[in-house]
Amino acid sequence: MPLRMDDALLTVSELACARGGLTVLEGVSFEVYPGAVLVLRGPNGSGKTTLLRTLAGLQPAVSGSVVGAEEAVAYAGHADGLKGTLSVAENLSFWAALFGVHGIAPALQAFDLEELADRPAQALSAGQKRRLGLARMLVTGRPIWLLDEPTVSLDANSVGLFGAAVRRHLGGGGAAVIATHIDLGIDADVMDLGSFRATAPQGGVFDEAFE
Amino acid sequence: MKGLLLRDLRLAIRAGGGFGLALAFFLIVVVLVPFGVGPSAGVLAPIAPGVLWLGALLACLLSLDRIFATDFEDGSLEFLATAPVPLEGIVAVKALAHWVTTGLPLTLAAPLFGVFLNLPHDGYGWLVASLALGTPALSMIGAFGAALTVCLKRGGLLLSLLVLPLYIPTLIFGADTVRRGVEGLEPSTPLILMTGITLGACALLPFAGAAALRVNLR
Repeated sequence: MPLRMDDALLTVSELACARGGLTVLEGVSFEVYPGAVLVLRGPNGSGKTTLLRTLAGLQPAVSGSVVGAEEAVAYAGHADGLKGTLSVAENLSFWAALFGVHGIAPALQAFDLEELADRPAQALSAGQKRRLGLARMLVTGRPIWLLDEPTVSLDANSVGLFGAAVRRHLGGGGAAVIATHIDLGIDADVMDLGSFRATAPQGGVFDEAFE
Repeated sequence: MKGLLLRDLRLAIRAGGGFGLALAFFLIVVVLVPFGVGPSAGVLAPIAPGVLWLGALLACLLSLDRIFATDFEDGSLEFLATAPVPLEGIVAVKALAHWVTTGLPLTLAAPLFGVFLNLPHDGYGWLVASLALGTPALSMIGAFGAALTVCLKRGGLLLSLLVLPLYIPTLIFGADTVRRGVEGLEPSTPLILMTGITLGACALLPFAGAAALRVNLR
């Protein structure tokens, strides 16, 4: 539901990103509006993770600009960032305190983790760990979620919980950029990264040095 | 920030966290030295300041690679980097947590271990003072080295090679403080120089460490 141009939470224009020194994406432009989801598609190695990490500010863009991401994005990568010796509640409370959010009860409830709250994270199953990792997004209080393959190792029921959490986040004026291949049951804009594959020959800097 | 400190302390104290490892290593060094060089007071007393400082330094080195490596492996370092706290502060807090779990216990236990090595009684106060003022530099320099080597698998060897030369000034001034205290000379000059190293490290290295982390997270 795009509103007006100036309402965009995140504006990306002519972005090029690199992985391991190679430019993998170029000319990526899109806007993300409150209440909207952008789903990133593309085969393995097409740069979904690279794009999300660039948006999160973990790596610099090769060229182009990202406006609105600073202090507004919450990123969840392949790893869940859990400490095995801390309990579920302790793991979550730490991130809540770091992001200045009070109360982890809604996050525990959203991902059906209440009964596991006192369990050490190392005793959780892969799917439960993933749920805890996703519950972290709820305690960041950030408007833009950047999610990299969030449904890996989740069962159908947990995917439903995740979809519901995303819908609530959108209902509250949030937005999300999600790299995923499954249907989350949410109305989303889909962007195929295959069309932004970088084509420029590599080694330009090296050649320039000798010109 | 306080949350990060408490989390790191909690992780260190829980099973497998490495708290006590430094103390145990320090104890082993100090207990074994008399077996190696002979138990007579005439041999032990002159080398006691150097051995105590060396033991504390190596014990400190033992747990350095855990400062960032565990957070890097489980992905929390990426989340920390995107959190609303400066990365410089994260480096400083992590170094502080390392000091509280290694440098501080070593400082408090050092007088007891001094007895094992026949440290003359004039040296105890200076031993505690020099360790209290010098070990923060060891943790801070170590945190910088750990930040540099965080993305290397089994980077412990490189970390040791990087960090040990940087530890030398602290070791020289620290051990010299105790030795001068024992010999009745004025120990404040090396103590002040060492404190200067500590303050300089604490002021500058959080920035260097944060820059190294940013490069390594790319």
